[in-house]
Amino acid sequence: MSESVLVVPLLVALLAFAAAAFDAVLAASAAGSPGAWRVWDAPLREAARLLVRQRRNTLAADRLLRRTGIAVLPVAAVLAAAVLPLGGADAASDSSIGIVWFNAAEVAVWAGVWLAGWSVNSAYSLVGGYRIIAQGLAYELPHMFALITVGVGAESLRFADAVSAQHGLWFAVQMPVAFAVYLLSALAMAFWGPLASPVGRDLAGGAMAELSGADRLVFLAGRYAMLAVAAAATVPLFLGGGAGPLLPAWLWTLVKTLAVLAALVWAGHRVPVLRMDRFMGFAWTVLIPPTLLQLLVTSLIAL
Amino acid sequence: MWRDAAFWILAVLSVGTGAAVFVVDSMARATFALLASFLCVGAVLLLIDLHYLGVLVVLMMIMEMLVMAVFMIMYMMNPAGLMPMTMVHNHRNALGISAGVFVLLAGGILTVRWPHREGAPPADPTRALGEALMGPKMLVMMVIGLAILATMIASVVLATHRGRYDQDEHEHEPQPQDAHEHHAHEHHGHGGAA
Amino acid sequence: MNLETFLLLAAALFAVGLYGALSQQSVVMLMMGLELMVNGLVVAGGAFWFYVAPGSADGQVLVLVAVTVMALEMAMGFAVVTALFRARDVDVTDDASDLKG
Repeated sequence: MSESVLVVPLLVALLAFAAAAFDAVLAASAAGSPGAWRVWDAPLREAARLLVRQRRNTLAADRLLRRTGIAVLPVAAVLAAAVLPLGGADAASDSSIGIVWFNAAEVAVWAGVWLAGWSVNSAYSLVGGYRIIAQGLAYELPHMFALITVGVGAESLRFADAVSAQHGLWFAVQMPVAFAVYLLSALAMAFWGPLASPVGRDLAGGAMAELSGADRLVFLAGRYAMLAVAAAATVPLFLGGGAGPLLPAWLWTLVKTLAVLAALVWAGHRVPVLRMDRFMGFAWTVLIPPTLLQLLVTSLIAL
Repeated sequence: MWRDAAFWILAVLSVGTGAAVFVVDSMARATFALLASFLCVGAVLLLIDLHYLGVLVVLMMIMEMLVMAVFMIMYMMNPAGLMPMTMVHNHRNALGISAGVFVLLAGGILTVRWPHREGAPPADPTRALGEALMGPKMLVMMVIGLAILATMIASVVLATHRGRYDQDEHEHEPQPQDAHEHHAHEHHGHGGAA
Repeated sequence: MNLETFLLLAAALFAVGLYGALSQQSVVMLMMGLELMVNGLVVAGGAFWFYVAPGSADGQVLVLVAVTVMALEMAMGFAVVTALFRARDVDVTDDASDLKG
């Protein structure tokens, strides 16, 4: 425990805002509006608009579960961020099982989305809720193998040990397959871009179709926060943490995080949404064998 | 001190949400009440330094309960609990038996003289667990692995559409002229998988 | 917080689960009862490790086995329910009582 307990939620919020702002800028530039960078404050205006908007109530909705599900997203993002090392400073909670903790917090997102989809008693939302489970089961196995590979390479489940194990060579170079799989599952954690079908346009917004007002704001904020945290975790896991020339460690961590986050947001605009059944088949038949091979190679090196 | 308070709060919550599973009408609420019970137990494990196992319980149970929710809704006739109904049999006896079992266990727990603590927790219980599993308890790990493999195969075989006897799927495609007969066939002739 | 309180918690969870396993008609709810019983076992295993023999990892291994058993029980349970449902449209134990023996 340290003073960073207070800093972490703030950092997550700032990163989430950065992601949302970049997303808005990319959308504006794709729409061809001149001076797209000027819409950077669109998320703030959207937040204000949602805050004054009335909450939509559906028939026979399960309010308790809806509130729980929506609140789970930002809470899970902050909990996942709590174990990440912040460059020079210690993590908010330097847990010896940080990687497992991160995994658990990120799985909680499935529960949040499913609850949000189920509880509003609407068909499109429910389908969106089911899609997150299918998607979760598809990406989780390769994702877990990627995390285990890092754990084996670092010979520890602590994020700080993973960082110090990369002094010689970044894990992104040592275990490229795990890195690629992790980036894919970072998109899946925030159901973003090609893996956004739980909230897909074909379902009129899927799990968040019926959410409006403050509910929608918290849900969207939690989603951007999860994307930001997934990007931030890439840095200690694969990109050597705060290591880098000249600049201080915290600044390198920030620069790398923003670079990964920007790449993820950009990918969300460039890649079409995948169909869930195709992704499931791809994840289980194509992704799992190379991640297992990568794990084997890393284990042999570690021995 | 705070550990004691946390333990009692978590204990009451875990038993309370566990009981709520069989009280609430909505299947989604029942599933997530069970999940809440597991999360409390995971937190209790964290209190006694079992960090890895505590987080593992949380991780596995979230995934397991989400899969469970899918099946609950698939198989229950009233998943959202919009029409309150009870689906219990033998209610009174079950209540009596479980209360009796609890009293018996509690009596045993309070009267038995438990052995004193031997040794101290290792600095890293996770490492101790891993070394035990890869060393003296290797057999347990192997049995677990085999059991998981066997379960994977058995559950796929049981649940697959073709059943145990590996009939060709197309045999059951309804022919245009005997669509009605086919329906009856599905219900009576396809019992092999049970 | 000592061994007795942990075991009492375990016994309470076990008893609640036993009630569910005995009283519920739906196979899925019955499995929830079984899961709660194993949950009690998890608490007991952890408590034995911490309060009786923290030096050896036996208690931890027990917890790990219990967690695995939960997952396997659920997978097999749902497979059986699916097979049963496919074969005769039942998900209630009383309708499958001819399977006993």
